[in-house]
Amino acid sequence: MKILTTPRMERCIGCHSCSFACARLVHKNLSWDTAGIRIASAGGLSTGFEAKICVACDPAPCVRACPTGAYSQRKGGGVIVRKSLCIRCGKCGQACPVNAIYLDPTGEPFVCLHCGRCIPFCPHDCLEMAEAAAQETEESEVRP
Amino acid sequence: MIRDNFRVLLVDLATRRGKVETLDGRDTVVGGSGLAALLFTRYGHPARSWRDPDQPLIFTIGPLTGYFPLMSKTVCAFKSPYHDQYAESHGGGRSALALRFADLDALVVVGRAEKPSCIAIGSRDLVIKELPFVWGKNVFETGKMVRSLVKRGGGHRTIMRIGPAGENLSAIAGINVDTYRHFGRLGGGAVMGSKNLKAIVIEGDSSFKIPESKDYPSLFEEVYTKLTGKDMMKYHDIGTPINMAVLNELMMLPIRNLQRTTDQGMAGISGEKFADDVLLRNGACAGCPVGCIHIGFVRERFQKEHRYIYRQVSYDHEPIFAVGAMLSVENPFEVLAIIDISEKMGLDVMSAGVALAWATEATEKRIISKSETVVPLSFGDSEGYKQAMLNLGMGTNEFYRILAQGTLKAAEHYGGQDYACVLGQEMAGYATGEVYFASQALGFRHSHLDSGGYSYDQKETSKDVAKAVDSLIKDEQDRVLLTSMVACLFARGVYTDELLASCLKVVGYDYLAGNLESVSLNIQGLRWKNRFATGFAPEKLSIPKRFYEITTAKGPLDGAFLDTLKTEYCKAIRGFDPDTRKSEDQAS
Repeated sequence: MKILTTPRMERCIGCHSCSFACARLVHKNLSWDTAGIRIASAGGLSTGFEAKICVACDPAPCVRACPTGAYSQRKGGGVIVRKSLCIRCGKCGQACPVNAIYLDPTGEPFVCLHCGRCIPFCPHDCLEMAEAAAQETEESEVRP
Repeated sequence: MIRDNFRVLLVDLATRRGKVETLDGRDTVVGGSGLAALLFTRYGHPARSWRDPDQPLIFTIGPLTGYFPLMSKTVCAFKSPYHDQYAESHGGGRSALALRFADLDALVVVGRAEKPSCIAIGSRDLVIKELPFVWGKNVFETGKMVRSLVKRGGGHRTIMRIGPAGENLSAIAGINVDTYRHFGRLGGGAVMGSKNLKAIVIEGDSSFKIPESKDYPSLFEEVYTKLTGKDMMKYHDIGTPINMAVLNELMMLPIRNLQRTTDQGMAGISGEKFADDVLLRNGACAGCPVGCIHIGFVRERFQKEHRYIYRQVSYDHEPIFAVGAMLSVENPFEVLAIIDISEKMGLDVMSAGVALAWATEATEKRIISKSETVVPLSFGDSEGYKQAMLNLGMGTNEFYRILAQGTLKAAEHYGGQDYACVLGQEMAGYATGEVYFASQALGFRHSHLDSGGYSYDQKETSKDVAKAVDSLIKDEQDRVLLTSMVACLFARGVYTDELLASCLKVVGYDYLAGNLESVSLNIQGLRWKNRFATGFAPEKLSIPKRFYEITTAKGPLDGAFLDTLKTEYCKAIRGFDPDTRKSEDQAS
């Protein structure tokens, strides 16, 4: 299975259309935060943008951290989240090495499902579905 | 959030307290321009000076902000330092979405802080920080310091701030929004300065459920497709500076303090030239896939060894007109360098450029000299203009302090009113002819965006006064609806009344969807009511002689036509004045 990647973020203009599409279409929200892809700027707009997104660890630290089995490994990388099993403990967010999981004020987690529905909304073609590269590193070696 | 009322945060800098108020009026004033006008009637003091600490600084968004693309503007309203009357200025960046996700329809700031301060708000937060050490810093230094002082929300917040011009209460000081956008015109920066308010940070940290209608996602996609289609390509590609070459060809570009309307040298600063030579990258307001923000670069060698600093400077047609064409600076890198200093000072670059163009001609005519301007000013000399822009922002002597109150103020003091290129405020980059000049001189914001006079001049050949005036009044009504929705006016061709009605209906504003005509007429009247209540007298506004002297591709300007237009447009605007209506009723 393919995963969502962000190979051309240098082109990003900060319109947030991807985030809004994810929030709207996947999570049924209007939000900057409750989305699997979130655009941030570090040090102001003159320094460009980065996408906060699940990098499809396999094995995923968030799966190991989840105490109730709400998180499970997705084939090919990433995770599947069953929110009915989630107790809002926030341990997934703490475990994520790249800060890809947003926890809303109630502790509900929002993470990329690698569905790709954000891609058509990027005006500069920054995003792409791709096969996950083989990840041979140990969990502890995953770096942001 | 979709709601039938307005959720307003009122912040009092004097008491350092805030208050959330809920106001009715969605079905009569919509939001944006209409809501700002309503809030001024509630919190404003028409008879008192703009500097009175009790006067409000108002920021409003619209009912569709966040729900549809390009509903991404914020309306800023205040009693203007420029003319001491009610005024609006519009800006983008992340400001509108930040307000939406802070769960506010409006922010109103009153009072004066004891020490220079910053307001930081979110959906669950209100902090007023004293930061006297930031006072005196330029716009970019201020941005950096505020970012480090208010650490949360990078990427999901707006930072509005002022530079030295605002602190010095210049009537042409703007409010910088997120580095590359502005509430530029009519002195909003001085309003913040008068309140000891250096910056406002708004974090958009809340979420809402999307509208329940199953048609919402598909309508969103329909709108999104239209907004990324060929109709918007002008803004996506070259951007607004594409107008430079077009207007120059039509002999409608104000050049050299409007001494000319066309010049071969303008080929050096065409939009195409900027795009080819200095464009570094693009940016977007949050919620806008068009990405019309064009950012160029300037680099400056600071040692004889090859050591450079570089800066990123956003540009558009208007700044290029103001410090390029009007000053006869024909090199794009030099134009950006002058814009950059205006940005640092927190000046409205349009007014500042036009003001320096007047000062240059006044120098040529020996009305003023280097003893006033400090540096020699001559058309085309960018080095002089960089220094002059700094002096204008800093208010380094009496001359610059007077000029910073507006070109006409300086002309009243020193002479040279005939060639002060002022139409209510410093002119915008269109010398298209009679209808535009009357439109900016009398229009609500004294802006080229009040109504499409510049377009009317280019398309219409007749000199039918009634037709022109009707067009200006009707176009203003159409645009006030869009600015009450806070739609970017670049999207005016896409957001037709029919599409706006569909968007309103799908999110649940059925009444508004069915009553756009009457609602927009109501807002148009409410805005003018505020303007008249604060002293607007259109009959007193004159159009300087220079505007009568131009020649366009249509021929020499028709002064009699312009005068008649001005008189009749004035009467039409007076139709919105409650006092005029009352006396007419009594007479009949």
